[in-house]
Amino acid sequence: MCHQTVSLVARHLESNGIPTVVLGAARDIVTHCGVPRFAFVDLPLGNPSGKPYDRDMQAAIATAAIDLFETASEPGTVVTLPYRWSDDESWRDGYFKVSVANTDALRRAGEERRAARAHLRATGQVRTE
Amino acid sequence: MISRSFREAATGAMAEPIGYMERTRRYYEAQGFGKAYTWAHFDDVPFTPLPKPVSDSTLVLITTMALYDRGASDVRHVASCSTGEPPVRLYGDDLSWDRTATHLEDRESYFPINVLNELVRRGRIGALADRFHCAPTEYSQRRTRQADAPEILKRCREDRADIALLVPI
Repeated sequence: MCHQTVSLVARHLESNGIPTVVLGAARDIVTHCGVPRFAFVDLPLGNPSGKPYDRDMQAAIATAAIDLFETASEPGTVVTLPYRWSDDESWRDGYFKVSVANTDALRRAGEERRAARAHLRATGQVRTE
Repeated sequence: MISRSFREAATGAMAEPIGYMERTRRYYEAQGFGKAYTWAHFDDVPFTPLPKPVSDSTLVLITTMALYDRGASDVRHVASCSTGEPPVRLYGDDLSWDRTATHLEDRESYFPINVLNELVRRGRIGALADRFHCAPTEYSQRRTRQADAPEILKRCREDRADIALLVPI
């Protein structure tokens, strides 16, 4: 959801004269929305600007994102940055995993979430604008 | 507005990107939410040519992380903070990110302020805006488009930002 939020903000800034670059890891969400310039990094959600403590990777990623301001010449330009999280690709399966093993836990989590939301709405603890 | 036409400049052999929209749909379906979320989609994409070189531009950094550890009942709003003395950490425990693969202990992994400052020192970027901004992650696209994005634009203009780098977690 963070990727959709910044995509919408980027579109608004760009429409009002401020060129933007989105640097992110959820490629499908950003390209589905459509942004002017997108530097895509295929890293886990949470570390869009590089692996923790890997200063070389972080410097390269941010620099490439800045370069995109000047190299993009048309809307919807996507550049895939050539950085990998690890040789082991198993990390890809962990986020929002749904399996037989966690079916009951997910159902309970959903019930708790709906109850919490209902309480916040009932007590006025929500945005109103 | 110009019709969207994606140009790709991929480098090297990469795995297929993760389908986060489909994964999110399955996850919330498993939690018992009935109606699948409709993600934002537009046929046109805005584009503003760079008005001047990056080396002469003031860049604003925008994150979805928060300035404090929000609780479930904390209403989210646009927040801003000085880039001169940025917080040593930002907060995202109430956001969705890959807790099985990584962590948020290193600020530079989601908020590249040190690299950007270094690029300013080298003359690659003209300057950083006096403030960075925290965009509140919202399910409501209307709220982002009609309330938060205009507020962020207003603050960017107040700080005379020329270009914006947006980094969601």
